[in-house]
Amino acid sequence: MQLPVTLATLSPDAWIVLTGAATNVACALVGCFLVLRRMSLMGDALSHAVLPGLVLAFLFSGSLGIVSLFLGAAAVGLLSTFLTQTLHQYARVPSDASMGVVFTSLFACGVILIKKYINGLHFDIACVYEGSLELVPFTDSLAGLPRPLFTTLVVLIVNLALVLAFWKELKLSSFDANLATTMGYPSAALHYLLMTMVAVTTVASFEAVGSILVVAMLIVPAATAHLLCDRLAVMIAISAGVGIAASVLGYWAAVYCDTNIAGMMTVASGVLYGLAVLFSPRYGICSTLLRNLSMSIRVLREDLLSMLYRIEELDASKSLTAAKARAALDSSWLARWAIAALARTGRIQRVGDRLQLTDAGRDDARQLVRSHRLWETYLVEHLGMPLDHVHEPAHRIEHYIDDRIRQELEENLETTEQDPHGREIPD
Amino acid sequence: MPAPAFEIHDMTVAYQRRPVLWDIDLELPEGQLVGIVGPNGAGKTTLIKAALGLVPLASGKVEIYGKSYFEQRRLVGYVPQRESVDWDFPVTVRDVVLMGTYGKLGWFRRPGRAEREVADRCLDQVGMLPLANRQIRQLSGGQQQRVFLARALAQDAQIYFLDEPFSGVDAATEAAIVELLQTLRASGKTVLIVHHDIQTVREYFDYVILLNMRLIACGPVDVAFTKENLQKTYGGRLTILDEAAEAMRQREPNR
Repeated sequence: MQLPVTLATLSPDAWIVLTGAATNVACALVGCFLVLRRMSLMGDALSHAVLPGLVLAFLFSGSLGIVSLFLGAAAVGLLSTFLTQTLHQYARVPSDASMGVVFTSLFACGVILIKKYINGLHFDIACVYEGSLELVPFTDSLAGLPRPLFTTLVVLIVNLALVLAFWKELKLSSFDANLATTMGYPSAALHYLLMTMVAVTTVASFEAVGSILVVAMLIVPAATAHLLCDRLAVMIAISAGVGIAASVLGYWAAVYCDTNIAGMMTVASGVLYGLAVLFSPRYGICSTLLRNLSMSIRVLREDLLSMLYRIEELDASKSLTAAKARAALDSSWLARWAIAALARTGRIQRVGDRLQLTDAGRDDARQLVRSHRLWETYLVEHLGMPLDHVHEPAHRIEHYIDDRIRQELEENLETTEQDPHGREIPD
Repeated sequence: MPAPAFEIHDMTVAYQRRPVLWDIDLELPEGQLVGIVGPNGAGKTTLIKAALGLVPLASGKVEIYGKSYFEQRRLVGYVPQRESVDWDFPVTVRDVVLMGTYGKLGWFRRPGRAEREVADRCLDQVGMLPLANRQIRQLSGGQQQRVFLARALAQDAQIYFLDEPFSGVDAATEAAIVELLQTLRASGKTVLIVHHDIQTVREYFDYVILLNMRLIACGPVDVAFTKENLQKTYGGRLTILDEAAEAMRQREPNR
């Protein structure tokens, strides 16, 4: 089969970016499930453990053909998962320790097999760690594509097909393994399926991006997507998108800095993760800060409104200067902001250097003071709290009392005319 | 005579060879609310997990309407402890309830419109329909428990196993759960519930299973829930059983 694009028609840059993106997407598909199952480091472990499988596949088939490589990887993936589970279950080894034992031992076996039986095979350590994306356009071609890209695309398609086919089963067993098992979808079997996919994906990505960076590609885009969304399908789509973006940005940055491409792609996905941590709309640090800030300003605005209301209530001829208001609110620049916001929305007006409630502002303030005094009454009537202890809690909670709670309070109180201090509760 | 809804014969369950449930033998008729009561470590959760095939039996057998669990799994609904899942998982309330329909769908078939209607109806039954599109991490403890119950309803089972549905829920949710249980009983379902609060046993249940590593009593609340049986259940562990279990564990060579 010959694809319409061939090595000749695309620039080397495009091939490199395509290979990086395909690897990232293939990894993201399985990586999402690893992250959700809290098994992120399984990718790391498996990427080492597959080594003896690769060596044996090479020894038996005499080549590094794609089929024998995948069979070897899948076999060792299954074996190492089996060994880890068995050690954990029957030898009472903690699961992290059994992972550590099994995967390092298998890796060591692989190293020994190489030294013993494969003479003269060029085994470049740097290449294992950082891959050789740079060389992708110059490799031999399969079906008109560079071999590493072809390999990765096959795995990408297989992963996509498996995730789609077992969508419901993978989702259920990742969320609630016991329920899956009781429904007849053995979660152990699905675990093996996923681990095999991870093993095969790692092997496929090995040549292009190396054994260490593939771990990042499994985990980082998935973890980024987890911060940004609330649905599993969306999470997988976003993680694939993050992977593609990281490939493009990483390539561009690597060329700019003249350094290793796969490494830069990983750094790029790390940067995207950092951005998500900071700016994720719901869980990001900045959005939380912003939310807290806007709540503080709201509290200040409402405190000022009820302060002005109480002053009017005591003596209609008195009023408050802006400077005194700021001092009373005890937080200079936020208070300034709050006063400006109230003036802008027509809740207060400045008369000379004094602040006065407008009609709209008085209505808002009345509701606040009503909430405050209803709450005080409730604390005294129902919780039997002493009079001199009820102002502070009411002051804190008045900002959160909505119409519904206010109505419930009214229904539960004997008197809604006067608060326990004998002041009128406004309507 | 019809087969009982749920039957355990001489069941022993062991973790690492150490028995946690000894020779349990009991039978429950259809259409009852059954409380499983006993102190911490009495094996209440283990009893449920063994009945559902989640932990292997050392001996004995469990039957649901006269057949093994594996033949009858479509008749069974399960509500695990709320803490057993990750509430940060990226799914909505409706997604979780839809999972209840997965068992009847079988491999590879996806839930469709019919299943979504079932899910919405079940959500409505527990008063959670307005929150159907919420992400589950935004729910309170009581709401989480309601979602789990709705998921069990979506399983459309004949016999339900609920593991501590009342733990950490507000009074309104507790009342809603009790009402739901009564609806289930009225439609002929059998419900087994791991329960912690002895005060409410008489009020909530028809049958009670008193458990402390072995079966103390199993029967209608009036008959089985006696002061004497409660004393046997809670009056300290049976030291001989503990010693025997410890002896078996010590013999185990690969410790």
